[in-house]
Amino acid sequence: MQDAVTTTIPVDEVPDRPQARDRLRLVLRNIFPFLVVGAIWEIVAWAGVFPRRLFPTIEEVASTFARLTVTGILPHHAFDTVIRLLSGFALAAIIGVTIGVLMGRSRRAEDICLPLVSILAPIPGLAYAPLFLLWFGLGNISAVLLVGFVSAFPILFNSWTGVKAVKEIWVRSAQSMGADDRRLFSHVILPGALPYILTGLRLGLAQAWRILVAVEMLAAVPWGLGWLIFGAREFLNTDAMLAGIVVIALIGLGLEKFVFQKIEDYTVVRWGMITS
Amino acid sequence: MGNDHVMTEQGQRTRSIIRAVVTLAAAAALYELLARSGYFAPALLPTIPVIVRTLIAMIANGTMIEHAAFTMYRVMFGFGLAIAVGIPLGILMARFHRVENFFLPLVSALMPIPSFALVPLFMLWFGIGNLTTILIVFYAATFPMVFNTWSGVRSVNPLWLRAAGAMGADEQKLFWKVIIPGASPFIITGMRQAFLRAWIAVVGAEMIAASDWGLGWVIFDAKEFLNADIMLASLLVIGGIGYAFERLVFGSIERATVQRWGMVRMAKG
Repeated sequence: MQDAVTTTIPVDEVPDRPQARDRLRLVLRNIFPFLVVGAIWEIVAWAGVFPRRLFPTIEEVASTFARLTVTGILPHHAFDTVIRLLSGFALAAIIGVTIGVLMGRSRRAEDICLPLVSILAPIPGLAYAPLFLLWFGLGNISAVLLVGFVSAFPILFNSWTGVKAVKEIWVRSAQSMGADDRRLFSHVILPGALPYILTGLRLGLAQAWRILVAVEMLAAVPWGLGWLIFGAREFLNTDAMLAGIVVIALIGLGLEKFVFQKIEDYTVVRWGMITS
Repeated sequence: MGNDHVMTEQGQRTRSIIRAVVTLAAAAALYELLARSGYFAPALLPTIPVIVRTLIAMIANGTMIEHAAFTMYRVMFGFGLAIAVGIPLGILMARFHRVENFFLPLVSALMPIPSFALVPLFMLWFGIGNLTTILIVFYAATFPMVFNTWSGVRSVNPLWLRAAGAMGADEQKLFWKVIIPGASPFIITGMRQAFLRAWIAVVGAEMIAASDWGLGWVIFDAKEFLNADIMLASLLVIGGIGYAFERLVFGSIERATVQRWGMVRMAKG
């Protein structure tokens, strides 16, 4: 079945082993835009459109970055942020996938959960922050709970849509071939819904990430990248702020590249649901 | 027989509505019970009548409407900018390799930076107020727009392109009759996501970078004085506006385009 599906999907480029020269060209091609933007940044910084204090050159940001990394301040902030992110996201993934799949499979669960979810979901996660802070106090518990609560919604919605989007004809043909409920679920519905669920997890993680940075600014946690950025503003430490933003971007990028693309390669692409 | 099918569908729908009402009533009753139990301080967990009264009072004296108007202005401005930039860029990226090669690395590098991380920076650069908030909204909304348009145009079935080409469609026709309708589910999803993000970003940005108007600012300000009723009332307004946009605006756009063209199966709701 898997083979049949993959062969019908047209592939424009024949994937062959990338040669060393091709790889070099690929790297250069990816670096080029950053060089252009970096050059523009340098020009603006040196031209003095903004005061130097507010718009540091790239060298200054880099040296601050190196200094803070060597002294261990930046890694400590980053570590705390990542732990908070992972615990909140794990919470969200478990809750979101479970409720979403249930809603997709059972009309009753859908009727019960949909009104509540539709009321809670459109409220931007950050709007809950003051409420959570009032209820659970400043600090870690509020931060993790809020992150989990908010990032559960995209996961839930996508799992729900995914289960509903499984083609009726697949379900019926599996049933006519004698698949019982459990097999139907693990062999048809779950693989069919997986692209959506993975998209949901991805969106959920991105959401968790966005909210977390904001929450750290508001919840007064002792360590964390959001807090670093926010605290740096008070002292006009734009270079520390930008160094913090760079770390945030790197972590986000790392999550995307090393977590989600790997999962996608192993599951969805291999099953031929989408072409990589 | 067709009539019969309609009947069961209708019965199904009334049952769904009844269940929804029951669920909401149960949730409200549970909340009311918690609030009245005295387990939490009443300042932190006001009862529903108190919240409703606060909401009505704030709407009646016009403050809530003014807050909402400021927030809407910021969100629409930023969202409009994001659409104006995001859709053309996404289409260009999907159609031209050169554009894709230049912008894709940038987009992938900037996308993981939460818009909120930039608030302190933008505050330093652009001061407190509308400009910072609008820029944050723009930043937050652009990426889902670009990304969805890009994947939408790329995911247009090559068979359709070839079929249209074989039937003699020129570039312009191909673009308007095949690529745009084919990519529209993605583009509309992108708009939805972009609006949601814009909505999140505006509240967050207002909490920190707004002067004295805006729904986000009200909530944050209410925390200082332990006014949980004002907070929950503003939450209701924020949720209501978000819900209205999600359902009425995007729902009707979707019905008018994607569903009429038969691109996605009708989902419930």
